[in-house]
Amino acid sequence: MKIRAQVAMVLNLDKCIGCHTCSVTCKQVWTSRQGMEYAWFNNVETKPGIGYPKDWENQERWKGGWQRKKNGKIVPKQGGKLAVLAKIFANPNLPEIDDYYEPFTFDYEHLQKAPELPTTPVARPLSLVTGRPMEKIEWGPNWEEILGGEFDKRSQDYNFEAVQKDIYGQFENTFMMYLPRLCEHCLNPACVASCPSGSIYKREEDGIVLIDQDKCRGWRMCVSGCPYKKIYYNWTSGKAEKCIFCYPRIEAGQPTVCSETCVGRIRYLGVLLYDADGIERAASVEDEQDLYEAQLKLFLDPNDPAVVEQARADGIDDNWIEAARRSPAYKMAVDWKIAFPLHPEYRTLPMVWYVPPLSPIQSHANAGAIDTVGEIPDVRSLRIPVRYLANLLTAGAEAPIVSALERMLAMRIYYRQRQLDEGDGTAVLAQAGLSKAQVEEMHRYLSIANYEDRFVIPTSHREEAEDAYGLKGSCGFSFGNGCDFGPPHSTLFGGKMGRRKLNPMRPLDT
Amino acid sequence: MLTNSYVNTLLFAVYPYICLVVLLIGSLIRFDREPYTWKSDSSQMLRKRELKLGSNLFHYGVIVVILGHFAGFLAPHWAVDWALSPVAHQLLAMVVGGIAGLTAIVGLTILIHRRLADPRIRLNSRKWDIAITLMLWLQLALGLLTVPLSAFHMDGELFETLTSYVKGIVTLDGGAAALMLHVPLTYKLHILLGFTIFLVSPFTRMIHIWSGVGSLAYLFRPYQIVRTPKTRADEPVRS
Repeated sequence: MKIRAQVAMVLNLDKCIGCHTCSVTCKQVWTSRQGMEYAWFNNVETKPGIGYPKDWENQERWKGGWQRKKNGKIVPKQGGKLAVLAKIFANPNLPEIDDYYEPFTFDYEHLQKAPELPTTPVARPLSLVTGRPMEKIEWGPNWEEILGGEFDKRSQDYNFEAVQKDIYGQFENTFMMYLPRLCEHCLNPACVASCPSGSIYKREEDGIVLIDQDKCRGWRMCVSGCPYKKIYYNWTSGKAEKCIFCYPRIEAGQPTVCSETCVGRIRYLGVLLYDADGIERAASVEDEQDLYEAQLKLFLDPNDPAVVEQARADGIDDNWIEAARRSPAYKMAVDWKIAFPLHPEYRTLPMVWYVPPLSPIQSHANAGAIDTVGEIPDVRSLRIPVRYLANLLTAGAEAPIVSALERMLAMRIYYRQRQLDEGDGTAVLAQAGLSKAQVEEMHRYLSIANYEDRFVIPTSHREEAEDAYGLKGSCGFSFGNGCDFGPPHSTLFGGKMGRRKLNPMRPLDT
Repeated sequence: MLTNSYVNTLLFAVYPYICLVVLLIGSLIRFDREPYTWKSDSSQMLRKRELKLGSNLFHYGVIVVILGHFAGFLAPHWAVDWALSPVAHQLLAMVVGGIAGLTAIVGLTILIHRRLADPRIRLNSRKWDIAITLMLWLQLALGLLTVPLSAFHMDGELFETLTSYVKGIVTLDGGAAALMLHVPLTYKLHILLGFTIFLVSPFTRMIHIWSGVGSLAYLFRPYQIVRTPKTRADEPVRS
């Protein structure tokens, strides 16, 4: 056994209000640059919908993630190493920028400079790729916001697999949920495996997956290799970029920007200890529906003295082990089993997990009564089909989702019964398989969600990794050799910040 | 003018070494000092139309052409003599080079059309991106022109002269340039343009060829890469 630690994230979808604060703050900090206008390290999609880039979950089309061969070995779905190299000149599985959206601004100047007109002047969209006017904006990182667009198109959603979807097109039966998405910082990342220049790596001490910008050659195989489509090709710099899990903040013990600014307090960050020697075995299990359980088994109990001893032997500091004991991610994923990986069937063993959302009880309106199973309403009568959530979070296995939803309902019933003096809640807890202490802790974490409970991030020991004296007076986070983010100026080797200059906006004819 | 012996020495004895030195030292400096600019500069993300066909035809064609040049010019004499007669050697070069060259030039023509006709690509091209593709097209055209020309010299003697010249350059033989004095103009232009492409390569996207060769290391590495704080401190590690 080789124990490594990772700072994992859990998102409680039950409380996501779809405000996009995470996306906007992330963009402001990390991707408000030329070439990355179209890229959102974090975006929030409305489900059901085909998402951003279009249809990203359909791996028959994009060939992301891994596939298991007959002999039990896994290879990237886009091909083995020779096949990857053979596609280096033109990657057949690479999305085009239109699959995300052509980045745009608006011709604001026209609003000020238009002559007197019989109608109000309008600001037409201008492409940030060509600088020319665009006929129409076709797509975006949350194009299907709150069920925008026709059901016919949204229902192409991959998670409708084995769901009788037609009835959900009717207004009375419709359902929706938000899905904030970022890089999963997988244990078995397909992007790392796909990179011909070996520029992508996982950090041993905190599990963050990063791209070495000086080593990336722009072969683009990671973009197609990642099944979550969370690696973006910067078309100005010619390098791939991705969510960096705000590692400078994590190192300092601070939450990522998306987590820090989350208005609904839905994001949790905590350490998980895992068995690095078991990764390949867990990712290669035969039945896709076993992948969730297989990954769960990789997570080690930080209260087990044998685990602690081994972790120390493998070089994990005591403050990390202590953080693992108080980790909200461990509690939600392992203790309470209410959090799940996004699309485990991609076999990347993702490390950003999700608590499925509860939804109004569907049959209430139909039958005038609520179906219950024992003390708890039947979760199969919730408005969001269990199978839909299972397709999203457990490769279609419904039992774990049902159990998680029941536990979340049980928590509510327990507190309602106690508050309204309807009972002591022991029956409902027994049915959900929770102890009184567990449910009270769940309530503290999920409902109250204190800052210090949500974010338990040990500081890293940078002094062991870097020579602080050498960094004195350096310029921090920048690209290339310089410190400035000013306009690109040419050097002997073709420009500091990429090759392309921003095309001057052409004034529109009036 | 190209038959003047002074000019001949300048162009075929001095100029090649200037080009090769700039290629090697220039690439090294760029790799070491400006790694962020070292990339393939793909524009596939902006428009895949035409690229899949054009890029594959061009790259696969040109790889065969380059490998053919290496094998034809740099393979030791005894090995070639053992395997092939000079005439057969020349014929093989003409057939393989001709087919691969045609494939590459068709691909490159498609790519040039894409680069110039598609506004997304045209507006985001640097001057050098366009210049280098045109230079490569011209070089392929000159190379292809030598195929029918060689058909008039099927005795293998001209071929032998060119081979000796290239070997002379590589082995630092100062007298090699004299061999080029009476070689037909097309060959001379092909060789000069070739060295000129070497000369400008470190300043253009052509440096990605080094990394293309480097990417073969991918075949021999494990799928997953984990960096410890220690290995990160030992950076840079580059391919």
